Amino acid sequence: MYNFDVVRPTSVDEALSALSQEDAQALGGGQTLIPTLKQRLAMPTTLVSLSGIDSMKGVSVDGGVITVGGATPHAVVAGEVADAFPALAHLAGNIGDPAVRNRGTIGGSLANNDPSACYPSAALATGATIVTNAREIAADDYFQGMFTTALDEGEIITSVKLPVPEKAAYIKFEQPASRFSLVGIFLAKYADGVRVAVTGASNNGVFRWAEAEAALSADFSVAAVEGLSAPSGDDMISDLHGSGDYRAHLVKALTKKAVAQAS
Amino acid sequence: MSKVSMTVNGKAVSGDVKGNTLLVEFLREDLRLTGTHVGCDTSQCGACTIHVNGKSAKACTMFAAEADGADITTVEGMANADGSLSVIQQAFQDHHGLQCGFCTPGMVMTAAALLKENPKPTEAEVRHYLEGNICRCTGYHNIVKAIMAASGQDVSAIAAE
Ligand code: FES
Ligand code: FES
Repeated sequence: MYNFDVVRPTSVDEALSALSQEDAQALGGGQTLIPTLKQRLAMPTTLVSLSGIDSMKGVSVDGGVITVGGATPHAVVAGEVADAFPALAHLAGNIGDPAVRNRGTIGGSLANNDPSACYPSAALATGATIVTNAREIAADDYFQGMFTTALDEGEIITSVKLPVPEKAAYIKFEQPASRFSLVGIFLAKYADGVRVAVTGASNNGVFRWAEAEAALSADFSVAAVEGLSAPSGDDMISDLHGSGDYRAHLVKALTKKAVAQAS
Repeated sequence: MSKVSMTVNGKAVSGDVKGNTLLVEFLREDLRLTGTHVGCDTSQCGACTIHVNGKSAKACTMFAAEADGADITTVEGMANADGSLSVIQQAFQDHHGLQCGFCTPGMVMTAAALLKENPKPTEAEVRHYLEGNICRCTGYHNIVKAIMAASGQDVSAIAAE
């Protein structure tokens, strides 16, 4: 690793001023960034740790909306939303392994937008609002392709607001070595329609499967998905773990499973 | 360099660290607590698992500066006050839960974290919780057995010796 300074502000304002310095970078739980730094794939001069900012931690449930502080670790989310939003608890409780879940944060995951990460699918499927120090961004506008988001330089995710669905499920087909999803489907059913977000599959990062959403909004059943053709595998990730066509097949198979399991 | 202070196994310690000093380096090289192992240095193996404010974490994937003010427990802090092995450590010995022992510090710390959260886990829950701890020797059966035994459950029916 190259050397750098680590600063630990205790407020969002202090963090913003630290991040305004040249080559400063935010550090969430570090479970992705620290391995990246070890490979010398990033070269910040200052890391601004967000782990000391108490106002960015914790979970609250209010009027059908769950608000998760940007610096809240996965393990805390898994415990806090177990009753209010079991599918989200299941997602958070199966990221990485227990030690990783105690450090990694929702804000870090969404800011990184790894194409195989779990959280982006929950944010997109619930139509979450990504709240930053400067503005509120709708999930539909936030994800802009693999490792690309609407965040500006130095902008911090302070919290994420997720509307609680009537029914939901997260089905992760796990790549056993990395424990990332080979394909993951987050299905969320609301009074005004169904949203289906797919992670792990596309070269463009997390996306909504529009045909399945339309079919399921009209008829929430496994048969409704059965009647669809799987999305095209042409623009899906092809690597040694699975071809694009295999991932496309999984998108449909796992969506059916999600409908069957949604609760 | 910046100064960090923390509590390690109940003792207040401090030291000067560079920004990129990993917590595991501070523990092993500055404090000479070499019980915490580095198997992979890439967050995969869990040999470096310690507790930070009572929660398990991989000390190779955390900076010493991030632990400033924290309460840290390493495997050196697991024995009973009189120096005898803790219940978990004794169970690893009794059930042959280790061979070369390289993964054992991490296994013991992860087991302790599990039993704190879930005092009577099922075999499946133990195996799931050990996902981030890799052992190249034992095949895991006796590790699982040791952890089940440490939780006070009858293990006579579990897997092979
Ligand atoms: S040395 Fe930290 S996980 Fe392997
Ligand atoms: S006992 Fe050798 S690595 Fe586990």
